[in-house]
Amino acid sequence: MTTALSFTNVTVTFTGKSGGVGYTAVEDTTLNIADGEFVSVVGPTGCGKSTLLNIGAGLLKASSGEVNVFGEPLIGLNAKAGYMFQSESLMPWRSALDNVTAGLQFRGMEASSAREKGEQWLARVGLSGFGNRYPHELSGGMRKRCALAQMLILDPKIMLMDEPFSALDIQTRQLMENELLQLWEEDKKSVLFITHDLEEAISLSDRVIVLAAGPATHPIGEFAIDLPRPRDVAEIRMTPKFLELHAQIWHAMKEEVLKGYAQTRNKVVV
Amino acid sequence: MKKIPVWFWQIALLIAIFVIWHLATAPGLIPPIFFDNEHRAAFFFGEPEKIFSAIWLWFTSGEIYPHLWVTLQETVLAFVIGTLLGLAVGLWLGLTPTASAILDPYVKAMNAMPRVILAPIFMVWFGLGIWSKVALGVTLVFFIVFFNVYQGVKEVSPVVLNNARMLGANASQLLRYVYLPSATSWVFSSLHTSVGMAFVGAVVGEYLGSAKGVGYLIHQAEGSFDINTVFAGILVLTVFALLLDFAVTFAENKLLKWRPQQAETETT
Repeated sequence: MTTALSFTNVTVTFTGKSGGVGYTAVEDTTLNIADGEFVSVVGPTGCGKSTLLNIGAGLLKASSGEVNVFGEPLIGLNAKAGYMFQSESLMPWRSALDNVTAGLQFRGMEASSAREKGEQWLARVGLSGFGNRYPHELSGGMRKRCALAQMLILDPKIMLMDEPFSALDIQTRQLMENELLQLWEEDKKSVLFITHDLEEAISLSDRVIVLAAGPATHPIGEFAIDLPRPRDVAEIRMTPKFLELHAQIWHAMKEEVLKGYAQTRNKVVV
Repeated sequence: MKKIPVWFWQIALLIAIFVIWHLATAPGLIPPIFFDNEHRAAFFFGEPEKIFSAIWLWFTSGEIYPHLWVTLQETVLAFVIGTLLGLAVGLWLGLTPTASAILDPYVKAMNAMPRVILAPIFMVWFGLGIWSKVALGVTLVFFIVFFNVYQGVKEVSPVVLNNARMLGANASQLLRYVYLPSATSWVFSSLHTSVGMAFVGAVVGEYLGSAKGVGYLIHQAEGSFDINTVFAGILVLTVFALLLDFAVTFAENKLLKWRPQQAETETT
């Protein structure tokens, strides 16, 4: 099986302010995502999950180590990847449709065919009829759908997702997760999904990777999720197999979460 | 009981102001309180009746139109040129940190300088026609737009920017589709101020030396102590400025419809 995205001994050190000691966010991390695989990365808040994702996207450069995309070393931005951000990423001055077709416009596609494709994608994410609305006129869930369509319209081979649904309420979130799974099952892209929510990670993924608490985070555990697909994220949470996996991964994670919590607490005290 | 609309009180207040003005200044109507002569108040403050007849005469004879036209031209030219310059320089300095670091003290110095004193220099450079007034207006408008655009470029959401990059935008597309719209929204937020400044530049320039324009009319009337014509000019300018402001509001509503409004609920 081909590897879509691989990190080999990746270390990321941010240069310290005014020549101080740098902050190592990610240390010696090796991680492979197979073609068509859905991989989630979980870890305590602030451990450097997003840094890892930004390295995979090419938005950040690794201090050392190698990043490969389908066997080729990554130079500059990762053109094969789509990125879904945690916070608001839509251009507020563009309507939903114009946001969805932005990537096509950047690639020089003719406006009329871009619009046609954009309408199709809006319909696929359940936003038909909302094309003329501006982001501020859409609900949080609708904005996420719009961002999803904006990414998928370019048909990326790899989807990088940075806690995309963390700002949504639990019901909307589960709906979005199910829709994401449906879209993913259609053509099985490779997904690297960052979350701090273990349940979300298990119910979506083929494999869950647990990161240590920062600084200098690295994978400390890897769990294959052999739950049957297609899944319903709300229902699968009730199955014994799910609970078993959850207990197993939580056991591995717990210590790191407490470590991460203690760090943030100390930061406040000091 | 039906609520009396706001505009009713606004108009009532306007009428009241003119009535009080008339009562206080008309010679012989009430005995002089402050001045020792009943004609003094009218000399210093004008008489609404005569002011309105002066305005009436201006508009019926058509004498005012060429002057208004000149002032309008100066205002619009100063606004357009100042805005374009401010937009270009703001984008440039916002996107090139080195240049902005070098030019920072100069920008601050030029902004701190009271630019009205440049008017005589502009008159030497550009003559007594409209261009010296346009130049003065441009120096006033430029800095407002410049600072807003500069701020706008600095404050483009990094997430929106990274998202556009991941969607495949190259450097010039980022400029055109991300920086420019973001900066433009800041320009619009300062639109009222910058149009007002263009107007100030035009009128002050005319006042200091010209052969046409409403500022020139006021200056002339002052030369002959014709206080009524001075007030007439001021009133015409005020109404003119109000109309400009309405036009700006209209343009703003058309162009910034993507912006969240303060109140979006329907009120009955």
